[in-house]
Amino acid sequence: MTFAWMGWTLPTALFFAFIALALLTLGVLTKLAPNNEPRVGILRVATQRGDRFFLSLLGSAFIHLAWIGLMPEDLPLWIATLASVVYAALVFRFA
Amino acid sequence: MKPVNQKAWFLVAPVLLLVAFTAIIPLMTVVNYSVQYVATNAQFHWVGDLWYREVLHSEKFWNALWRNLVFSCIILAIQIPLGVLIALNMPRKGWGVPVCLVLMALPLLIPWYVVGMIWQMFGRVDIGLFGVMLRDFGYNYENDPIDAWFTLVLMDVWHWTSLVAMLAYAGLVSIPDAYYQAARIDGASKWSVFRFIQLPKMGRVLTIAILLRFMDSFMIFTEPFAVIAGGDPVFLSTELKQTVELGQKAAMSIIYFLIILLTSWVFYTVMTRDDGAPRPQGGVS
Repeated sequence: MTFAWMGWTLPTALFFAFIALALLTLGVLTKLAPNNEPRVGILRVATQRGDRFFLSLLGSAFIHLAWIGLMPEDLPLWIATLASVVYAALVFRFA
Repeated sequence: MKPVNQKAWFLVAPVLLLVAFTAIIPLMTVVNYSVQYVATNAQFHWVGDLWYREVLHSEKFWNALWRNLVFSCIILAIQIPLGVLIALNMPRKGWGVPVCLVLMALPLLIPWYVVGMIWQMFGRVDIGLFGVMLRDFGYNYENDPIDAWFTLVLMDVWHWTSLVAMLAYAGLVSIPDAYYQAARIDGASKWSVFRFIQLPKMGRVLTIAILLRFMDSFMIFTEPFAVIAGGDPVFLSTELKQTVELGQKAAMSIIYFLIILLTSWVFYTVMTRDDGAPRPQGGVS
């Protein structure tokens, strides 16, 4: 069985590798740093490390969509990626 | 210290495999497709964010999205209060209970497409009872989008209100009699009983009802497809069907998926909030 039908590209492969790595890291962290008590932040809901990661990913997706939808085409997409990193940092710190 | 049994992984493995096969691998494929142009001979060409740009700048897509949201809001605004009202008036004991439950379960057992066909016939202005009755008021779902919209809402209410009613009923019958007795002693009015006993106790099932009805109505496809054959009003699903390019379909699907994911998170958060119950532990959560 080959996976050619899935139409892999380098960027999407890197993207999924990043997610897999992040999930693995979160799994390892539950052993290494077990102080993962739910915390109530500015979202007014209790979040753990995994929740914050999920919110970062989901928010990043919408940031990219908003960038594509609202910004003129000649502005590069990596600015949205930078914004997402900042957003993720904020989520991990304050959410 | 709780004992840890690693053998449980073997029991989870089949499910993991199944989920990988039915959800994760297809989702990854859709993501891959969404950034490429897929030629007919399964040749892939990288196009970057082209499809997303096209979808997000397409007026048809936004119109369909708004239509979906408005449709979901309308049917929730009708079905939830109506379902609760029906549940409140259903008998609690005696022969009426099975009669009510069976009658209400009937529409739930009819497949979407058949419901569409029923209403397509029912609403026809030449031979349908409903259509003929409303013909004099200018009703014609075939060439008036508002009438088509009205028919779809009515159809959905007819099809799914009993699901809400049955869920609400399940919530109601689980309230212990002691609450009602206490309310009677306090001389509480019917409204107070509803507001302070029945509604809070139904909260959990109503959240599930809202979630189910939102999801189901948001993905509406079969009914407009059966009734108006992809004409007006165009919903996201019918819009998706009309899209030709595989990559563009994939991009639309991803956007749709993200909306559903966000909605699910909101519902999950609302449902697990403020109840003090321990959250599922372990893994990455």
